[in-house]
Amino acid sequence: MLIEAVRRGAFRHRPAVLLCLVLMTALAALASVMIGARHVPPAAVWDAIFAPSGTEEDIVVRSLRLPRTAFGVLAGTALGVAGALVQGHTRNPLADPGLLGVTQGAAFAMVLSIFTFGVTGVGTYIWFGFTGALAASVLVFVLGGSGRGGATPLTLALAGAAVTAFLHGLVAGLVLLDEQAMDTYRFWQAGALAGRDADALPVLLPFVLAGLVLATANASGLNALALGEDVARSLGHRIGLARAVGVAAITLLTGAAVAACGALAFLGLIVPHLARALSGPDHRWLLPFSGLLGATLLLAADVTGRLVARPGEVEVGIMLALLGGPFFIALVRRRKAMRL
Amino acid sequence: MTTVKRLGGPRALRAGPASFRVRPRPLLLVPAGLAVLALLMALNIGRGDYPIGVGEVVRTLLGSPENRFVVMELRLPRALTGALVGAALGLSGALTQSITRNPLASPDTLGVGQGASVVVVALTVATGSAAGGAGGALAGIGIPLAALAGGLVSGVFVYMLAWRSGLDGYRLVLVGIGFAGVASNIKWWLLALGDVNDASRAMAWITGTLNARGWEHVRPVALALAVLVPAVLIGAFALGSLRLGDEPARGLGLRVNLSRSLLVLAAIVLASIATASAGPVEFVALAAPQIAMRLAGTGQPPLVGSLVTGAVLTVGADLIARTAFGGVELPVGVVTAVLGAPLLVYLLVRSRRKAIL
Repeated sequence: MLIEAVRRGAFRHRPAVLLCLVLMTALAALASVMIGARHVPPAAVWDAIFAPSGTEEDIVVRSLRLPRTAFGVLAGTALGVAGALVQGHTRNPLADPGLLGVTQGAAFAMVLSIFTFGVTGVGTYIWFGFTGALAASVLVFVLGGSGRGGATPLTLALAGAAVTAFLHGLVAGLVLLDEQAMDTYRFWQAGALAGRDADALPVLLPFVLAGLVLATANASGLNALALGEDVARSLGHRIGLARAVGVAAITLLTGAAVAACGALAFLGLIVPHLARALSGPDHRWLLPFSGLLGATLLLAADVTGRLVARPGEVEVGIMLALLGGPFFIALVRRRKAMRL
Repeated sequence: MTTVKRLGGPRALRAGPASFRVRPRPLLLVPAGLAVLALLMALNIGRGDYPIGVGEVVRTLLGSPENRFVVMELRLPRALTGALVGAALGLSGALTQSITRNPLASPDTLGVGQGASVVVVALTVATGSAAGGAGGALAGIGIPLAALAGGLVSGVFVYMLAWRSGLDGYRLVLVGIGFAGVASNIKWWLLALGDVNDASRAMAWITGTLNARGWEHVRPVALALAVLVPAVLIGAFALGSLRLGDEPARGLGLRVNLSRSLLVLAAIVLASIATASAGPVEFVALAAPQIAMRLAGTGQPPLVGSLVTGAVLTVGADLIARTAFGGVELPVGVVTAVLGAPLLVYLLVRSRRKAIL
């Protein structure tokens, strides 16, 4: 079906679609700045951004909504691209950085750092988060791919579930012993863009940028890997290098997003599927499409969460789960046998 | 000529015209398991701030007035709850794994524990100190009932979602993982909404704990098991043909979908009852049937053997959780999750070697 679509030239408008996606992301970011519990008229938003005069509305926009939007763009782009990378490397439509234990790995390392060293502040514990995310993702890939036949959707999902359960057991043990760790952990685990420390933005930005650069470098390798390892090798690609670059990019992107905004499950699962429908299988297009769609979807989910429970709000993590869970189950049901 | 007999292999028992095939290992597993269970329970009852020797524990249980309060009122109910919960989980796991013919299926992957957790966290947060502290009596009766309802509804929901003109074991497992993902997100959101003390209490519950379990926790589980276990064991005759696969079972005259749905429902009910009294104690239902199967040397999880093994595992894990970390008592669910997850990985790697996938 996909091959037919490529042959028909269904994806020849990709540059125009890319432009539309950029516009959509900009619109979502604008909505995220404009809409909230407190009504701020458009003119006041404009003033707040370009000519701040210290009014209450300026403070709301500058210290709450702008950082929140920036976190959304950052985390959404990172998770969208990471999802496309994970699905490309595992050739697994059910792969999601959140389901593959990466999130829980970061959680465990961060809780451990709070518990043992009393670490506070995102600038310090993001390093622990990274280490945990890397260790967990490598562990899941090794476990899910061990034995003959390599990794399948099922073994990866199950290895992810096993590692998540194991780490969750450890985290539960730790947070029950330490109420302060519990308090940090539960807010972090809920997954939200609001109330995050704006100082974390400059800390996280380099990691996300580095991850995006690595992902871009990985695109042609992924295209070859989609044909199978043997074909990719015969086309002159260095498999080991491509895999290593991929895992590094996934870890950087997921680790940064997760350390900043907590557990945002399912975003990395949904976005690549939507992006693939627009871009086709070519990763050189799929990766930027996924990044833009990721940012748009995350911001849209966040804005929706602000609107559905006014004057309170529903965290974006829960909005994503309510959207992504049914999506995941529909994907599972669509396939007759889960072999791939 | 000498015949070489495999130790523990099947033997024929003949009495006149009748003959039975007797397999000593599955038969031995039950009394051996019960003996280990009794020993672990005695050890568990003896340990604590006020240590009592195993001999004294046995004497008290047999009627000696010494230490009567500590043993009979404080520690015996806890140990009994652990054993009963483990038994229910073991049987439930054996049923699920036999029906789906998949070693990775268990009530955990059916979403029973996560579903129950969501409901309990919602109740704890809603009635907690932040909302004026309506807890107390409501929490005492409400939480087990809410957990029961949550577990039942989620289990049935996942089973129905995984149903697509028949049941596929792997589809069931994957749908369960998807459902658990959503449920755990809702759970975390609720935990973040509540007061930190309520969140801590809820956290202990959703990890699975036997702490402060009294006779009021023992009675409902014991009653439910007394009714359900015989019913399941009678109904499980259908398993013999279900294990052959759908087509042969249908050929043998079994109403495959009906009997399978009833048995899955029984498994969900058992797991929900266990969850209602101790919280989601993870991986016992997954591990017990697999361990029992290997101990008994059978090709499929033995039902009664899994039941006993589940009880042994839970009481053993509780003993570790209570004593292994010095003065700190951890919830039993921490120990079962940390010990059980590697087993899941082992099963995963092993089932790939056998090229089941």
